[in-house]
Amino acid sequence: MAIRVQAEPFDLGAEADTFAAAQADAGAIVTFTGVVRDLPGGGLDRMEIEHYPGMTERALGRIAADAMARWDLSDTLIIHRHGAMRAGDLIMMVATAARHRKDAFEAAEFLMDYLKSRAPFWKKEHGAAGGDWVAARDEDEDALERW
Amino acid sequence: MIDVLYFAWVRERIGLPRERVETRAGTVAGLVEELRAREDRYAAAFADLSALRVAVDQELADFDAPLDGVHEVAFFPPMTGG
Repeated sequence: MAIRVQAEPFDLGAEADTFAAAQADAGAIVTFTGVVRDLPGGGLDRMEIEHYPGMTERALGRIAADAMARWDLSDTLIIHRHGAMRAGDLIMMVATAARHRKDAFEAAEFLMDYLKSRAPFWKKEHGAAGGDWVAARDEDEDALERW
Repeated sequence: MIDVLYFAWVRERIGLPRERVETRAGTVAGLVEELRAREDRYAAAFADLSALRVAVDQELADFDAPLDGVHEVAFFPPMTGG
């Protein structure tokens, strides 16, 4: 169970390979990657992600531990970046390993749902008109209810 | 004395990321009242508590959470990770 919060970019392929190579007993590995979306019609200059050092690692660790307790997983990985990024840059990834794919898929969705609204990150989009904090969506909060 | 931290637009509105606060408040809500009374920028940041979330010693908490023995309180908007 690894948690990494970092400003530097990460190599999705290398991370997925390293994660997969370490899973001797897993029959399924699921990865999800979040990407910086451009503004509608383009024009995103940059996205800045702020976080709460200390609490971020604790919150992600708890979310990962909850997933490990709830599904039959052999491992999880969460990488989340902070700082300035451009459209198309990778923001974060999760990976789950399990004996069977259902556990791996469900746990990855669970990690994403909780990570979106329970881990202390805040996104700000900078375009031609200035900067706007991304508002949390009701759907993201509602998504937690299914778990 | 407790450390009070602000993130995202709460930080921008108040104009600083963290400060040490001498408080007599017994709860987070009491601390918010003291901060609101300080200056307009605090009153503006704390105008609508339904738009804010709070963490006490790095754990999400409610506004009625007690401050006994607490070292750190953070105020921020709903989180937008992922």
